[in-house]
Amino acid sequence: MPPAAGPAGGTGAQYADRPWLDPDAAPFIRIQGVSKRFGAFTAVGSVDLDIYRGELFSLLGGSGCGKTTLLRMLAGFEIPSGGSITIDGADMTDVPAYRRPVNMMFQSYALFPHMNVESNVAYGLKRDGVAKAEIAKRVGDILEMVELRQFGKRKPHQLSGGQRQRVALARALVKQPKVLLLDEPLGALDKRLREQTQFELMKIQDQLGITFIVVTHDQEEAMTLSTRIAVMDAGNIIQVGEPSEVYERPKTRKIANFIGTINTFEGNIAAGGKGGWHLACPRVREPLRAPKDADIKDGQKALLAIRPEKITMSKSKPGDDKLQSLRGEVLELAYMGNLSIYRVRVDGGQVVQVTAPNLQRIDRNKIDWEDRVYLSWRPENSLILRD
Amino acid sequence: MKKRSTFLFSALCFGMAFLYIPMVLLVVYSFNHSRLVPVWGGFSLRWYKSLFTSEEIWNSLLLSLQIAVVNATFATLLGTFAGLTIARFGRFRGRTLFTGMLSAPLVMPEVITGLSLLLLFITLNELLGWPSSRGMTTITIAHITFSLAYVAVIVQSRLSGMAQDLEEAAQDLGGKPLRVMFDITLPLLAPGMLAGWLLAFTLSLDDLVIASFVSGPGANTLPMLIYSRVRLGLRPDINALATIIIFTVAVGVALAGWLLLRQRKQRERDMRMASA
Repeated sequence: MPPAAGPAGGTGAQYADRPWLDPDAAPFIRIQGVSKRFGAFTAVGSVDLDIYRGELFSLLGGSGCGKTTLLRMLAGFEIPSGGSITIDGADMTDVPAYRRPVNMMFQSYALFPHMNVESNVAYGLKRDGVAKAEIAKRVGDILEMVELRQFGKRKPHQLSGGQRQRVALARALVKQPKVLLLDEPLGALDKRLREQTQFELMKIQDQLGITFIVVTHDQEEAMTLSTRIAVMDAGNIIQVGEPSEVYERPKTRKIANFIGTINTFEGNIAAGGKGGWHLACPRVREPLRAPKDADIKDGQKALLAIRPEKITMSKSKPGDDKLQSLRGEVLELAYMGNLSIYRVRVDGGQVVQVTAPNLQRIDRNKIDWEDRVYLSWRPENSLILRD
Repeated sequence: MKKRSTFLFSALCFGMAFLYIPMVLLVVYSFNHSRLVPVWGGFSLRWYKSLFTSEEIWNSLLLSLQIAVVNATFATLLGTFAGLTIARFGRFRGRTLFTGMLSAPLVMPEVITGLSLLLLFITLNELLGWPSSRGMTTITIAHITFSLAYVAVIVQSRLSGMAQDLEEAAQDLGGKPLRVMFDITLPLLAPGMLAGWLLAFTLSLDDLVIASFVSGPGANTLPMLIYSRVRLGLRPDINALATIIIFTVAVGVALAGWLLLRQRKQRERDMRMASA
């Protein structure tokens, strides 16, 4: 977990990599009360967001959550119905796309089919009236960086998907924009290429120091790439934070379910022994211990959640009585190679998902279908969620 | 291989016969020596000879071609603007009405179009003294008014199939809207515009009804000439003319098909090369 706040009078240096923690840092991109309506439909509710220089920021959400509309407003393709957008201190709300210091990489790549790779990349520089020799040099350099130098004379349809993606990236980067917007940058690539390209993107972003804003529906992609993630739903941002924060401290059940998998127990809070709280869940026989830091009241309805990988499974009863432990029977198991996913029905009826790494090549004590097992976890690893 | 159905095969033969026997007859009789069309008088090229020496036919062919070229060019220009506006201008008041009105000439009976244009030209003549006489100019204007609608529809459908993100990408890279139109939209639209031009050209070359309404003395387009001659009785030299037209069209279509095929094969080769 990141430190909650630095000591009073702390200098900016301690926040060098995480300017969002510094209360005095000036945001590079400031989105204030931005909304967008199409007729009666509200695509973006009212979004406030500060993004800092050099961030690789992800807008994450399902389809129709407004993430693409927000990105298009940053690019200048849509005019906000309300609110303002400031980039590097300049108000951009009403500036047309062709005058913004922002470039975009389209989901479809939008390469001009009638121009070859070099002309595609050079287009933006030509429109800016850059001298010919300079254009040739910069186009050459950027194509070198994306390893496409020898493909300069090819047309887009003569390239593979991965090569097209790199041309689109080069074209958007060659003008050295203050902000690069990426709409589902890896969406059209196959899995292996996607993983490889992810790291390339991060490397390039690090080299050039340009602020990246990525729109994606892929939570894994957002987790690996980003400095911070904004989770969007129905036109609003429901949580902003570093990947680990969004994963380990999701604010609502929706976010917890959207990013990874989580087991949830519904029930009522009651006082337990030693001043802690318990959750009485009708579908679990024993009361569940709530984490100590939870903000709850006696008798309140609540949702206790625990990630599958934070549960330990064993055939014998765990000795440590600080652990929350439950008994159950293995319903299903799925072998994934590096890990296995188990679905266990605990006494009382609730089904709990557990993932465990496959540590042994040949495990004689392997847990199998219909085995009786103990599930245990440290109460502080569980969460109380808002619905 | 599966045995082919006799029924389907005979249906195909019947259909083909239905389509092509009239044309074959026409071609055969164009080589008939006899002056009487239905009487076979032996093989001869005399009607082709008489065709090539007929000044009247050459004049009307030239007139038709002139009208067709001017018409196609103007209709493509105006139709492209109309199509662009409707596909890209966004929503404006009366857009649906305009879209509907633009395609109305496609379904309007030609007789009505011809009659209304004739009335317009007469009224204009009364009020402004122009056009003082009807002929090539009035036919051209009349043709532009209806072929424009065809071009607009073609351009519009090509634009709506063309992803708008190409234009957005160009704007994003710093192209002002007008610049983007010349750099991106029009080059990508060129095949559609060419198709529109060719369609307008053939529509004009083909038109008899509207031209008859708005033409004046001395201005006979080719279809008008053929029609007026046939009304006086079947003439073998017209068969010869028709044969030449059929062969020109057939060669044109075959050539276009071959070019398209070659282009597609090239594209497939490129794709294979790219993924290799």
